[in-house]
Amino acid sequence: MKRIVFISGHYGSGKTNFAVNLALNFALDNKKVKLADLDIVNPYFRSKDSEKLLAESGIELIVSDFANSNLDIPALPQKMYSIVDEKDCNFIVDVGGDERGALALGRISSQINENDYDMFLVVNFYRPLTSTEKDVIQIKNEIENACGLKFTGIVNNSNLGAETTQEDILSTIPKIQNLSEQLKLPVVMTCVKEDLYNGLKDKIENIFPLKLQKLF
Amino acid sequence: MSEKVLMKGNEAIAEAALKAGCKHYFGYPITPQTEIAAYMAKRMPKIGGTFLQAESEIAAINMVYGVSSAGKRVMTSSSSPGISLKSEGLSYLAGADLPALVVNVQRGGPGLGGIQPSQSDYFQATKGGGHGDFRMIVLAPASVSEMAHLTVKGFDLADKYRMTAMILADGTLGQMMEPVSMDFDVKETYEKPWATDGTKGKREKNVVNSLFLDPQTLEDKVFERYERYKKIEENETLYENYLMNDAEICIVAFGISARVSKNAIDEARKMGVKVGMIRPITLWPFPKKPFKDAVTKVKKIITVEMSMGQMIEDVKLASECKVPVELCNRTGGMIPTPEQVLQAILKANK
Repeated sequence: MKRIVFISGHYGSGKTNFAVNLALNFALDNKKVKLADLDIVNPYFRSKDSEKLLAESGIELIVSDFANSNLDIPALPQKMYSIVDEKDCNFIVDVGGDERGALALGRISSQINENDYDMFLVVNFYRPLTSTEKDVIQIKNEIENACGLKFTGIVNNSNLGAETTQEDILSTIPKIQNLSEQLKLPVVMTCVKEDLYNGLKDKIENIFPLKLQKLF
Repeated sequence: MSEKVLMKGNEAIAEAALKAGCKHYFGYPITPQTEIAAYMAKRMPKIGGTFLQAESEIAAINMVYGVSSAGKRVMTSSSSPGISLKSEGLSYLAGADLPALVVNVQRGGPGLGGIQPSQSDYFQATKGGGHGDFRMIVLAPASVSEMAHLTVKGFDLADKYRMTAMILADGTLGQMMEPVSMDFDVKETYEKPWATDGTKGKREKNVVNSLFLDPQTLEDKVFERYERYKKIEENETLYENYLMNDAEICIVAFGISARVSKNAIDEARKMGVKVGMIRPITLWPFPKKPFKDAVTKVKKIITVEMSMGQMIEDVKLASECKVPVELCNRTGGMIPTPEQVLQAILKANK
């Protein structure tokens, strides 16, 4: 994986949870890593909820001062240029959903060297507006047009939350492979919640276990 | 592929409305309900319906009045400050006996307040939706799945009784994601002989109006409306009893507060405390029946609310103050924790 990993995709595809888990994974490998939250779309359930957990692993969270506050504006963090400037540090960048969220990347995209970044398209086929390959391809094109960067890989994050079964994941594998062929992009990871990992690790390539935050 | 999809509560409301045959949505964006409008904006053009972002909340509710007059299913949605703006229109809908679905995904108030979840519009929804003698049917979902099902139910009740049904949700329910199945039965369509949908030269013209020049006519109209309300109280009340059979302490909570309370009740049960919950699903009509039984068995009632205690008044009325009623609450956009509710249960059990 390159120094900068942009996590983008459709609204509610699970980008933030994936970004937090990926950052924690980088930290396990003793890499210097920061998580930058550029989400200008979501008012609730943001990376800010995981700030303490990230700090415990030595991961700095770069986030707008107004995240999780009552100020309802699409604010970007002051330190967002460190993604470009801090060349000795890895960055996981959590981008807001759809093309509206990806617009925030346009601010720095011209300063990103194409050899220096990966951009992953996070896909959950169980989301109502992205249940087909065609829907996902449309959103992928809209995001690339909005932010001026090209995707380099796909992350299969198809899930039904806490109710997800092994079969729910396995049944999306042919679809994600079809998407991969159509877009000529590799499937870099398939995410599964932790308790499904052992049952699926021999059946799915590049499987990535996710910790889920329990809500209510 | 399984038939379930993973949805935000707001999206579940929007999709369920489409399933219920609603082809007209008018709204104005406000956090934390904007996903309803965003979803409608994407889906309505594909099914030949109308999505329109009005110039204001007030304009949107009056557009609802127009479409409802023509006999079509129609909805609007907003969050607390936006519902206050709509309250004039809600009163006019009631005065003209028009069916409509209105969604309030509540946030903290009063005033501009904040964007975090709240339940402090209970009074407004159940008692003061606007000026004049009227009621709205108020439905309180407690899961993403219920957001969908009660939306369909709301459209049916609105048509059946010719009045506004309101979904009273909160920001957490609107924003949280859960799996939901969208294949449910949508009831029959309702005859609307009063609709202003064209006489086709075959009948007298229909007039939809809330102005009555003769006071006696207006009083008769209101009396007739309240006869309908009585039928709703008799036939449409919904609630869930949770572990109430042997309960000595009774929690009363709706919506997301009921979810938090369930966790606390399960913990308390493990510690041997006999506690259960009455969860009102219709807030108007308020479910009085379960309290008749509860007051003979429980020693204390605790309402868990994300307000300064608004439902507690209805709980005191329904329980006729036969047992002490206490409040366990947070407000201003804060959510009670299961631990806070557990402490309230343990204190009541002493």
